[in-house]
Amino acid sequence: MEQFLEYFLSGLTRGSIYALIALGYTMVYGIIGLINFAHGEIYMIGAFTALIVATALTFLGFPPLAILLLAALAAVIWASAYGFTIEKVAYKPLRGAQRLSPLISAIGMSIFLQNYVMLAQTSDFLRFPALIPDFKWLAPWSHIMSTSRFTILVTAAAAMIFLTLLIKYTRTGKAMRATSQDREMALLVGVNVDRVISSTFIIGSALAAIGGLLIASHVGQINYYVGFIAGLKAFTAAVLGGIGSIPGAVLGGLILGWTESFATGYVSSEYEDVFAFGLLVLILILRPSGILGKNTAQKV
Amino acid sequence: MFSLQEIKKSGIAAIWFMFLTFPIMVIRVNPLERTIQWRWENMLYVGIGVFAFSFLWREMLRRKEMGLKKKMQEDGSEKPGFLQKAAENPRLILPALGLVMGIALLFPHLVNPYQISIMTLALIYVVLGLGLNIVVGQAGLLNLGYVAFFAVGAYTYALLNKHFGLGFWACLPIGAGMAALFGILLALPILRLRGDYLAIVTLGFGEITRIVLENWGKFSGGPIGIRGIPRPDFFGMSFSLSEAIMYIYYLMIAAVILTIFVINRLQNSRLGRAWVALREDEIACQAMGIDKAKVKLSAFALGATWAGMAGVIFAGYNTYINPKSFTFMESVIILSIVVLGGMGSILGVVLGGLIMILLPEYLREVGHYRMLIFGAAMIIMMVFRPQGLIQSKRKAYEFQEDKGAA
Amino acid sequence: MEPILKVQNLTMDFGGLRALNRVNLDIREGEIVALIGPNGAGKTTFFNCITGIYKPTGGDVSIHPPGRDGLRINGMKPNRVTGHGLARTFQNIRLFPNMTVLENVMIGRHVRTKAGVLGAVFRPPSVKKEERDTVEYCYGLLKKVNLAREVNELAKNLSYGAQRRLEIARAMATDPFLLLLDEPAAGMNAYETIELDQLIRKIRDEDKISILLIEHDMKLVMNISERIFVMDYGSKIAQGTPLEIKQNPLVIKAYLGEDADADH
Repeated sequence: MEQFLEYFLSGLTRGSIYALIALGYTMVYGIIGLINFAHGEIYMIGAFTALIVATALTFLGFPPLAILLLAALAAVIWASAYGFTIEKVAYKPLRGAQRLSPLISAIGMSIFLQNYVMLAQTSDFLRFPALIPDFKWLAPWSHIMSTSRFTILVTAAAAMIFLTLLIKYTRTGKAMRATSQDREMALLVGVNVDRVISSTFIIGSALAAIGGLLIASHVGQINYYVGFIAGLKAFTAAVLGGIGSIPGAVLGGLILGWTESFATGYVSSEYEDVFAFGLLVLILILRPSGILGKNTAQKV
Repeated sequence: MFSLQEIKKSGIAAIWFMFLTFPIMVIRVNPLERTIQWRWENMLYVGIGVFAFSFLWREMLRRKEMGLKKKMQEDGSEKPGFLQKAAENPRLILPALGLVMGIALLFPHLVNPYQISIMTLALIYVVLGLGLNIVVGQAGLLNLGYVAFFAVGAYTYALLNKHFGLGFWACLPIGAGMAALFGILLALPILRLRGDYLAIVTLGFGEITRIVLENWGKFSGGPIGIRGIPRPDFFGMSFSLSEAIMYIYYLMIAAVILTIFVINRLQNSRLGRAWVALREDEIACQAMGIDKAKVKLSAFALGATWAGMAGVIFAGYNTYINPKSFTFMESVIILSIVVLGGMGSILGVVLGGLIMILLPEYLREVGHYRMLIFGAAMIIMMVFRPQGLIQSKRKAYEFQEDKGAA
Repeated sequence: MEPILKVQNLTMDFGGLRALNRVNLDIREGEIVALIGPNGAGKTTFFNCITGIYKPTGGDVSIHPPGRDGLRINGMKPNRVTGHGLARTFQNIRLFPNMTVLENVMIGRHVRTKAGVLGAVFRPPSVKKEERDTVEYCYGLLKKVNLAREVNELAKNLSYGAQRRLEIARAMATDPFLLLLDEPAAGMNAYETIELDQLIRKIRDEDKISILLIEHDMKLVMNISERIFVMDYGSKIAQGTPLEIKQNPLVIKAYLGEDADADH
């Protein structure tokens, strides 16, 4: 039982991170129908920015709490700025082109950003500073609920609630929903589609940066390549849940996290990814549009 | 072009990018030595670079826009570029083919073995690109796990040779056949998936293949892979190293010619037309009596066959294989070959393959920057020439009455 | 004589919405029949159910091709339905836009030809002949629909009317005994519509293909059809000769009602 609980919680932690990144994929896909391959790189850049800022501030002698907040803020700001810029440079000029062109452009962007960070920083793994002080009151449960695990769960939940509220109640959120349902119609009724697309990239990138920050402080080290793997997993989660669906991304992330965690724990750690992708294949065969995806019949 | 307005725009872009690249480009921390390095000069470089480049970028966007408008004003037909025109001029085709063949045959005598080797690798990717072109370019099925079939071919040869002593020529058809079989097995359950779902499932399949190869040590040799795979022989004759390199090169030239021949014939056949129709409109395709499942399956299997063949040759070329050669990145590169070259165009894919493999090799001169340039080139290419180097053309037919009537 | 198409109690539900409600219809050999009704009456859904694009929830569709045995086709896949001799066009033109006009028609021949992978690669004489015959046959069809000059144009570059005619030629290439035309005159000018009228008659008279068409152009419908079926809200509300339909109060109400709605 103890062991089961441990796997359950570790899966939940992992899954919430996947979910945070998957949200960015799913939102972008919902609005412009593009697999944003560079999204994993946003996550990596978010984590790198946090690491650089946090380390620099530590050397400059800032107090821990200020470092934590400033690093998180920097990660979110810069990741959003990158997301915004990527869309303007690599995707916007390609609207209306054939479907594969933006995908290749996205792959190019992903390669570019990886190498950019590698060249400007380093190809080695960097140690991520321990930003979050241990919560004393968590001590009795420390064997299953570490401070960083707790932080991840709470932050991820907060971010998701924030996103839900944003999409449900704000003007931007409404415009986003309208655009994802029918872009031309949204344009006709006066939605500024360009701005909606930009906001989508900004919000998705901010979420990815939070994810990057959390996982980097949890794992303790990062390099320029972490975004690629995480991006792949998160994208799998998004498709699993039904790409384009926001609750689907969360559900997909959690299911993926649990699958990996339980499979690693009870079966074999080497085949962790095989289970993840195997599950994906299985679910798509049973439900071709993902778990919560709308299986809309094509209009004839 | 250099109006105040434009200068302002470039200025804003420069400032924006200076801000954007600030943490990554300017600050470098060293957690071990607890030092911070401030590289303010980088900010200056970024600013100047972006300021200059943004003029060019906007000018090129404007030209692209104008080109599009012009096309609309004319009868909607696309205006061929220089390369396109040259590729379509019937009087140029034969001499050009002759010239290319001449260069291809003489090439290994003009350069050193290293360069022959690189060219051979590029040709292997040309075959891979042509194979994937059937699936993506013709049938419109986005396959992101294509490298798995390449791996199936390579491991088939390596394993059959290791355990049963089978030679290269025996393994070539077996490897191709195994890959085709894998293609069919994979395609069967996922035929009803559309577009991006298909993409992610094929991606998953590719990853699973690689992970299994990496971890099932008893079967595949694990991460170390399999060494000592014999190079291709020629009726039992064996070669010195430099002869062997040349021999594989010529073998690859033959393989490319064979591939082009077969794919060209497939393209202009009943089946090839059905692939394209499927890409264009699935529902109309079915309503015209085409069995969607069968046609998709044939595209998948045939695409896989070429990857399998290329895999066997690759194993013989490299003499050792390990899972590192079959990562997702390879699938991405092969896909890029198809898209950059021009989806559906054989000549385009050949050019795309050569450029994608040779460019990074020769960019080694610029050392670490090659992948950076490579990524940027992919973006720029897609933004300014999304149809690829060469746009595929449909076959034209001539009719006698037609001329009389016109 | 047995009807070549017999539809009995055809019903189609989308979730809770009943798009077709026990529709009966039959077509005899050599007829030109029209299916009319206000927008959203379920006409295209009816086509989709017959041609296998939708699986009907209830009822029966059977065909009896001239000179062959009859069979039930409900629930059959669209390609098999076409194989049995039912071909269709689409309301929102569904050509293969980046293929040439000739190739579009050649796709229609797919189901009547055989060449496979090996045939394509080795091109034995039989395959060469099949390919030549296909090209000739399709060119003949294009002449019939007056597109012979545009054989090598890409389908997307054709005018609207020409695209509609190309869809007809493509459907004819599958050798149907019954052709289902979904709003063939939509978007055509008066002159083109007259040409279409003549074309449809020619197809019936020369090629011995029966016709079922959905159409909103009442002049064309009244001119061309021998019998008319009228649908409204998923049900058949009337059937008869053009004259009978013109005077049918139910039909008048359905159409006037639609007009009244449209005024809002």
